[in-house]
Amino acid sequence: MTAAAFDRIADTPSPAKRRAWTRSEEARGLAMISPTFLYALALLFLPVLIVIAYSFWTQNYLDIDRTFTLENYRQALTEPIYRDLFIRSLWISLTVSVVTVVFSYPIAWFISFHGGVHKNLWLFLVTVPCWTSYLLRVMSWKVILGYGGVMNTGLISMGLIDKPVASLLYNSNAVVITLVHSWAAFAILPIYVSLQKIDRTYIEAARDLGDSRLRAFFRVTLPLSLPGVVSAFLIVMIPTVGDYVTPRLVGGKDGVMIATAIQAQFGKGANWPLGAALSVTTMILVSLAAAAVVLALKFIVRRIK
Amino acid sequence: MPDRPMIEIQNVSKFYGIYKALDDVSLTIGEGEFFSLLGPSGCGKTTLLRSIAGFETPTAGEIFIDGAPSLTLPPNKRPTNMVFQNYAIFPHLDVAENVAYGLKRLKLSPEDEKKRVGDALDQVRLSSLGKRKAHELSGGQRQRVALARALVMRPKVLLLDEPLSALDKKLREEMQVELRTLQKAVGITFILVTHDQYEALALSDRIAVMFGGRIAQIATPKEIYQRPRTRKVADFLGGMNFLTAKVLGEQGNAVSVDAARFGAVNLDKPHGFTAENGHVTVGIRPERLRLLWDNDRAPHELAGRIENRAYFGEVTHLTVGVDGLEQPLSMVETNDHGADDLPIGAEIRLAYDPDAFVLLAEYEAVRRV
Repeated sequence: MTAAAFDRIADTPSPAKRRAWTRSEEARGLAMISPTFLYALALLFLPVLIVIAYSFWTQNYLDIDRTFTLENYRQALTEPIYRDLFIRSLWISLTVSVVTVVFSYPIAWFISFHGGVHKNLWLFLVTVPCWTSYLLRVMSWKVILGYGGVMNTGLISMGLIDKPVASLLYNSNAVVITLVHSWAAFAILPIYVSLQKIDRTYIEAARDLGDSRLRAFFRVTLPLSLPGVVSAFLIVMIPTVGDYVTPRLVGGKDGVMIATAIQAQFGKGANWPLGAALSVTTMILVSLAAAAVVLALKFIVRRIK
Repeated sequence: MPDRPMIEIQNVSKFYGIYKALDDVSLTIGEGEFFSLLGPSGCGKTTLLRSIAGFETPTAGEIFIDGAPSLTLPPNKRPTNMVFQNYAIFPHLDVAENVAYGLKRLKLSPEDEKKRVGDALDQVRLSSLGKRKAHELSGGQRQRVALARALVMRPKVLLLDEPLSALDKKLREEMQVELRTLQKAVGITFILVTHDQYEALALSDRIAVMFGGRIAQIATPKEIYQRPRTRKVADFLGGMNFLTAKVLGEQGNAVSVDAARFGAVNLDKPHGFTAENGHVTVGIRPERLRLLWDNDRAPHELAGRIENRAYFGEVTHLTVGVDGLEQPLSMVETNDHGADDLPIGAEIRLAYDPDAFVLLAEYEAVRRV
């Protein structure tokens, strides 16, 4: 039977070859991913291409002038208002990701090393806030940080302040606090996963070779969990740069970020090409900033010997 | 007994809930000794080793390392270093960095540190692999890195947790020789945990056999093989033919028994020996029974027939039925006379030496060692 099959292939090479390819792992893999791949192509890749194309065009009231121009990028990079917004957005997202990772790491570490048999319960509790709407979570911070909010009334009843503090809400700090809370779960999970993967005997070996608990953490646990820290950083940093809802609700005048300006250009400003140029610039800036952070993290960890 | 004690374990017990991992263990290990903890999995040997290293805190008892009470010391404050079962080579560091790991704390000059790392790598014959990462090493190489990383610290005691169990047979035998040579060269105390009786016999100065969290016997390899104290120890260290024998009489340190078809046998009386209803268990190793060919004659002979045969290359294992014995006898014959060609059912004669018998206590009879 095997011999017969070989003969047939030998007689008619090309259709058999085609049949062999359609049965191969590669072909089956491609067939399996093709629906999602086409979906991603149509709804993710093409829109980005359109945005990039728009950023090189000009808007004349209702018409689009499709001649190539760098004018939008000149405006995006030189207008002081946009420059300030870029710097603030990057600064806020950097602060948010640093604070989120710093706060999330101990939680992930605790669950991984001391969660015992209740690890899944702890992870479930971490994700509970995500069950409510993002909007509600942001709004709840208005209740906490507001003029007559939980924080102010609490501090007054404890006698620490005489009258409510107005500076809690409607500034960039409020944006940072709210975003850190919103994204914590997304940072805890990747750090937890990379901590889980660390073989505990590495830490025992470090202790055996003379390290205190703290030194063993910095020399073994931290470097080995770096992939999780990097993912957490990227997962938090990339979306927060372009966050629109949080600055709108709790940011006030001082907490405005670049997404607000982009929204204005696509909306009231009716200058889609400028909005597109601002978007593309944001994308490039956040990629550069993320790359810089990743490289810096790797460099620091490699210095720990 | 060792000249100068390096490790003294006194009445150490370890409980996990109601499970006794270690049950009142006491033993002394000397300076420069190669000591093995031998036993089946779950016997407490690894728990004992980890208690010496400081990774487990015994529930009761005390451990002295070089005279210092060490029960409450963390692992980093003990003069011990460990070779882990999976070697635990740090994956983010190369071989030289792994070996230098523990030296960083000593704040040596870069030249001194480099020299010590180089010497340690030379010692395990790995000097050319300093720049390799853990995942680029073979099993045997990883094991050497783990050894170098521990030895470079110049510990008073090196602890080895089944270091050879992950290697294939050939490499394992090679590493056994190397380990023994290394121990003689550095002259420090080695404590090896293993479940492989041949490894323990080949490497150790002394062996402690453990069952169920207790030490069953501590002795030199030769003594523990030839004079096992209990039936369980005898059984764990290779094959043994067990017989029930009737006590004929006791005289000083000797017991005279009637070992069924083997006739009257005189045996050394172990410490604390008591016969139950006048019956005892005696044993003889399979290789102490010898096939007699054609005209061979021996002072002590027995007739039997081959019931089963297994060919092992250099030797053949035979199962021989003897009338009047409850169990058939196991014996091992070298193949130079053609034992491998004996048909099943063949009538044979075998010779034995009555001095080769040992008197064995049933395990439960020996509680304290």
